[in-house]
Amino acid sequence: MTRKLKMFKKIGFKLILVVGVTAVIIIGIFSFYNIQSHSDALLSEVERHANQLSETVKHSTRYDMLLNQRDRVHTIINTIGEQPGIQNVRVLNKIGEIIYSSHEEDIGKMVDKKAESCYACHTANEPLERLPVQDRTRIFKLSSDSARVLGIITPIYNEQSCWEADCHAHEKEQTVLGVLDVTISLSDVDEQINQGEIDTLVFALSAVAVFSLLLWFVVKKWVDRPIKELLNATHEVGTGNLNYIIKEKSDDEFGILSKSFNNMTQKLSEARIQLFQSDKMASLGRLAAGVAHEINNPLTGVLTYSSFLLKKTQNNPELNEDLKVIVRETKRSREIVKSLLDFARQSVPKKNQVNINEIIDRAITIVENQLTINHVELKKNFANDLPQSTLDSNQMQQVFINLLVNASDAIGEKGGRVNISTDLIKLSPYGITHIKKATCPKRHDLMDNEVKIDGMPSIKLKVSYNGHSGLINLDPVYGRNHHKIPASLEKLDINSKELKVVCPQCEISLIDSTKKCPDCNSPVYSIEVPSQGNVEGCLSKNCDWQKWDAVDVGGQKEYLEIKISDTGCGIPRENLSKIFEPFYSTKGQKGTGLGLSVIWGIIDNHNGTITVNSEVNKGTTFTIHLPAGKN
Amino acid sequence: MKKDWDILVVDDEQVVIDAVVKICSSENYTVDSAIDAKAALQKFAKNNYKIIICDIMMPGIDGFGFLDELRKRKISSPVIMTTGYSTVENAVKSLYTGAIDFIPKPFTADELINSVLRGMKYLEIQNSLRTYKKYGSEIIYVPCPSKYFRLGYSSWVVEENLGSVLIGATDLFIKTIQNISDIELNQIDDEVVQGNFCAFIKDKDERMHPLLSPVSGRIIEVNEELKKNKSLIEKDPYFEGWFYRLIPSDSEYELKNLTNCSSDRL
Repeated sequence: MTRKLKMFKKIGFKLILVVGVTAVIIIGIFSFYNIQSHSDALLSEVERHANQLSETVKHSTRYDMLLNQRDRVHTIINTIGEQPGIQNVRVLNKIGEIIYSSHEEDIGKMVDKKAESCYACHTANEPLERLPVQDRTRIFKLSSDSARVLGIITPIYNEQSCWEADCHAHEKEQTVLGVLDVTISLSDVDEQINQGEIDTLVFALSAVAVFSLLLWFVVKKWVDRPIKELLNATHEVGTGNLNYIIKEKSDDEFGILSKSFNNMTQKLSEARIQLFQSDKMASLGRLAAGVAHEINNPLTGVLTYSSFLLKKTQNNPELNEDLKVIVRETKRSREIVKSLLDFARQSVPKKNQVNINEIIDRAITIVENQLTINHVELKKNFANDLPQSTLDSNQMQQVFINLLVNASDAIGEKGGRVNISTDLIKLSPYGITHIKKATCPKRHDLMDNEVKIDGMPSIKLKVSYNGHSGLINLDPVYGRNHHKIPASLEKLDINSKELKVVCPQCEISLIDSTKKCPDCNSPVYSIEVPSQGNVEGCLSKNCDWQKWDAVDVGGQKEYLEIKISDTGCGIPRENLSKIFEPFYSTKGQKGTGLGLSVIWGIIDNHNGTITVNSEVNKGTTFTIHLPAGKN
Repeated sequence: MKKDWDILVVDDEQVVIDAVVKICSSENYTVDSAIDAKAALQKFAKNNYKIIICDIMMPGIDGFGFLDELRKRKISSPVIMTTGYSTVENAVKSLYTGAIDFIPKPFTADELINSVLRGMKYLEIQNSLRTYKKYGSEIIYVPCPSKYFRLGYSSWVVEENLGSVLIGATDLFIKTIQNISDIELNQIDDEVVQGNFCAFIKDKDERMHPLLSPVSGRIIEVNEELKKNKSLIEKDPYFEGWFYRLIPSDSEYELKNLTNCSSDRL
């Protein structure tokens, strides 16, 4: 089903990739502009500094220039040129001759108009006279492997003092007398810029790395793991394990998904059991038919001959008695085979007035031999004054035979004790009475045969709240509160005005707005039990209040209580809820798994209950309650 | 010249044949047997039988096929059906297709004999009916009224206005029993199933005759008058002599298996 996904196909990887790439782009652009502005700021600072320097040189040499003190100008230029970081300071005259330079060997050289120190003004045919400081600076390299150099040219303009000076060196018409060219090495600045670039890059890379790591962690924890768990679960379910449940549940969408997944598998599993059961029922029906036909023919032989002999031996009391037993037991076999056929057709019990003690005694006679063989000691503790009760004696006998055989099987060959007691008790209807039919005010059936609670069809109500809606299944046993509420409805606010509880068929409201729960003041639902009034209950999940007037009025009722306890191997707690389900068997090939489910059905048909208590290695007690007297 | 027998038993199980032969012979009936329907049909060439006891599940032609064959050959001997596959459907279908009785296997000697006795009486009534039709018009038995439905010839059902139905035994069925001494009735709230026993009628010889219920349902009333005065079913079987008032469980489906009495009078 599932194959191993390649790394780059995983959703987590894709997510990290997309977010990572976005982060790289954003941080990259940010870093780029950061470096850019950083270096711009540094350069403009250098530029300002150079400009200032040029002005300083210009002004400090001005006086000596006017006096034409060339030596002193040389000295000043040389002194400034020796400052660290200053590459060169030179003064060019109008025709491009270097007249002063901190590098003395340059003096007298001619500089072409195309030279980097000149082109700013001399690019146009007519040389420019004034330029802003940015245009007067230039950055260049002396050779390809040397550090960058910033040059700034400052034109020396003609002024009155120049043409009136004693040397009379300049004509009055000249505008620009020459240029001062200062070049400053950028190696320090470049180093700073480089360092800044490296810092930003390191920051960018580590930010991306930390970001991706964090993302990876988050994705791993909140996306990858739940998805992996879900994938695993679907795989398990796909291969047929419908009991698989996702344990880890977060409170996000994955948590809800997990819950509905669990819910879905549970529904599937129930549906499969139902399907399996109906399938088994169908084949059981065919089997029963076949068995009935095959067994009934030989039974006809036994019954006809024995009943014929019974008629013939009226005057032989001894033989007659024995034959009566044969006839009686064959008739019982006939009833069993018939009930096998009826079982497939779910027939009704044939009830008459009987004493439960007599029925149990009859059952004991039949299994006595088996109990003796297994060294099982049977103790009876019967109440004497039990009223005659309306029961199907054959079905009841079957119940006790089954329970006694089960007890004996549980004890095994090592021997043990079985206690069987009867008593007459009074029970309140609360927690016992089974709601078998329930309707909405418009008489729509609310019973849900598909969702069973402890084996009994539940009562379904539709709940809608804030656009969510779902079915809740109420426990059909009055006052027991084993309700089934789907995960999606667990958190609803029951006091909200939005809350609606309606019939799933006609959507009529089932909330009784005139009443509030006397225990917790929550809203109350009300459903109708045909000819037995209304059952009301609290809608709060945490409140157990239920009220059924029609049943409560009857008060406590008399019940026959039959207890069968054994000292056998016991039933593990996790299996206790399953033992009454059809086809649940621990006997493997030996049993059909129908025994206890048939018993449950018979007791239920008599409006009684059967419960079980068990402790592993200590024993099991089955307690049956049947309505006493005529009903 | 054909040989006359009282009973022909058709069953693929030898032990059943042996048992039927033994029991019926003890009541001084002459009994012939056949192991399947084909063999049984061949026997009619040389023999006459008053009553036929026939199994349903047989290899080759089954019990229902056998009934068809008898009708085709215009053999009018009443047939009592029996089967090990004793479902309600089989019982009802047997009676609907013309059998006079249905005994589910396994049966006791008495159940068999009682059914045969009723069959013999039935035959007697049918024969006298034929004779009287020739010579006069004395009433032999009262057919069930129109709007009534009957299961075979034994029980009837009539719908009431309130959705309930009344059920009872037909006059012909009562006439096949004679000298009724007691009736065992079910109780209120008991469920009855179509084609299953719903009451036992005891005759003066203490023989129990089961009445098969024409419909399924829950008993809501038992005729108390009938309990006090047993002769009511003989005097007025269709009105005062009703047995139970029922709430039927699925009358529409079950009515298809019943014969409409309105057609009896034609």
